[in-house]
Amino acid sequence: MKTAEALRMAVEALRVNRLRSMLTMLGVIIGVLSVVILVAIGTGAKDAIEKEISGLGSNIILVVPGQVGLGAAPTQSRLDLSDVAYVRRVVGDPSKVTVAVNSGEPVRVGRVEVFATLTGTDENMAHVFDRPLRRGRYLTKTDVDTRRRVVILGSEVAAKLFGDVDPIGRQVTIAGVRFRVVGVYATVGATFGVARDQEVHLPVTTAQRLIGLPRINGIAVGASGPDEIEPLRRKVVDALSERYPGETFSAVTQTQLLGTIGTVLGMLTGVLAAIAGISLLVGGVGVSNIMLVSVRERTREIGLRKALGARGRDILGQFLIEAVLLTTVGGVIGILAGVGGALLIRAVSPVPASITWWSIVLAFGVSAAVGVFFGVAPARRAARLDPVVALRTD
Amino acid sequence: MSLADGRGTPAFEAVGLARSYRLDGGVTVDALRGVDLRVEQGEFVAIVGPSGSGKSTLMHLLGCLDRPTSGTLRVNGVDVATLDDSGLADLRNRTIGFVFQSFHLLARTSALDNVALPLVYRGVPRAERRERARRALEAVGLGHRLTHRPSQMSGGEQQRVAVARALVGDPRVLLADEPTGNLDSRNGEEVMGLLERLNEGGVAVVLVTHDAEVAARARRRIHVRDGRIERDA
Repeated sequence: MKTAEALRMAVEALRVNRLRSMLTMLGVIIGVLSVVILVAIGTGAKDAIEKEISGLGSNIILVVPGQVGLGAAPTQSRLDLSDVAYVRRVVGDPSKVTVAVNSGEPVRVGRVEVFATLTGTDENMAHVFDRPLRRGRYLTKTDVDTRRRVVILGSEVAAKLFGDVDPIGRQVTIAGVRFRVVGVYATVGATFGVARDQEVHLPVTTAQRLIGLPRINGIAVGASGPDEIEPLRRKVVDALSERYPGETFSAVTQTQLLGTIGTVLGMLTGVLAAIAGISLLVGGVGVSNIMLVSVRERTREIGLRKALGARGRDILGQFLIEAVLLTTVGGVIGILAGVGGALLIRAVSPVPASITWWSIVLAFGVSAAVGVFFGVAPARRAARLDPVVALRTD
Repeated sequence: MSLADGRGTPAFEAVGLARSYRLDGGVTVDALRGVDLRVEQGEFVAIVGPSGSGKSTLMHLLGCLDRPTSGTLRVNGVDVATLDDSGLADLRNRTIGFVFQSFHLLARTSALDNVALPLVYRGVPRAERRERARRALEAVGLGHRLTHRPSQMSGGEQQRVAVARALVGDPRVLLADEPTGNLDSRNGEEVMGLLERLNEGGVAVVLVTHDAEVAARARRRIHVRDGRIERDA
């Protein structure tokens, strides 16, 4: 018997039991749909986060005390400004090194109060990070050296505090201390969970006095090219380890971050797909179940076909194709629904769903495989039926 | 193959044919206990006997739906013991046409497609299949019922569709198991007439029945009782 013939028979058989075929397919549809949607969400999240990390600025090495990694306890920093000077000497180009002291404080103008992320930094910040100004100026060396009480506002902070009024030259109050606004950053959006438009930058020396601690949280070093990142990273970490024997320092590069986060999110996507795959498996069990019922119901038909000259493999093929047809048609419907669902999620929610061709190919392949896997047992049972017994069945 | 042509070779040749079944309890039932039988090409034979006599078992063996426990059976000159299951299926397809008591038509399939079914398993192209099925249906007087489904036809018509299906593949032998058992006498008469006409055309007909009137139509009657041939006349 030719495959085309078997396919025609299978379509006919599935058409006869339309409702049952639809319900059986539904299991597969839901399974494939969840695989496609969950993989889309996982991939979308990964893409978005990787994009945000890239947005941190390329070729940047972030040096922090302690061990960086999942599950590592936060470390009390022992670095101070002398270490920044030391790293500057190690790197050679002082303008490539900047500093960060972080704190969260309310910023007030009159009665309006906004909670902002305070970042104490220096005049090199603009050389290392890509942070365009909308108005005003960056911090200067003099600002840092003389502990000037000046701030640069993130665009969101500026908008909340001053509305349409130009903030340059005006005063804000942070922890009871008055500051003069000298600049406003352009809107850059959130990066890696950090809302950068909610930041307020001030001279690192002023920040240390405000917080009351002479420590710094981290040092950022800008490499001049991707090839320089790794040697520079090693050089800085080695130099710091030499200065503080027995202490650990970590230098996180964008590539490392991308790699780590990519692995974690890839795993997450895999886990999501596997969970969705379980529902596909359940759909496959449904197909197997209904095929067994179908074989039992059509025992007489099978006996007759055998009497008329159908070989075991003809019967096997007929039922296997029926099962595979159920799951692949279900698979295609599931893929279409999944792609539609992912697009809908992307359109109406902030979840970034991105459809990947491999998840579609995989979903189709798996649904076909599910059909073969779960169709084989019923089909073999049909193929092995004794025609004499089968013909006698009522 | 000269044997396949079948001229001079008997349609069936059984020697010491026996079939026993082992029941679940371990009890063995001898349904057929050594049957010697020879049916020539073009014969019209009735196998008669009470129920439980073994005539159905004999019929299944002759139809290659089952294999004997012992003894040999040649169908159209081919020893069935030499064939695997696929070979047996092929032999059924090309040599034997079946007519069953309960018609055994596919319910949701048109008369034409029902009749064409044996040709599907022979790999005959669709257009040729349909053409041959149409001619077979015309031969049984149902040329006007091609697209009807079994549920839209009378019992007599359904059995004629089944006869058309049995002869569409040009078999050497037609095996009919109580072909009139589910029909009223007028339709039964019609089907019997059809079988006789086919027999006159050269196809051997082996009829299994317990209806004496039907058996009387055959030129030779084989009486089976307790798994043995009791009388052959």
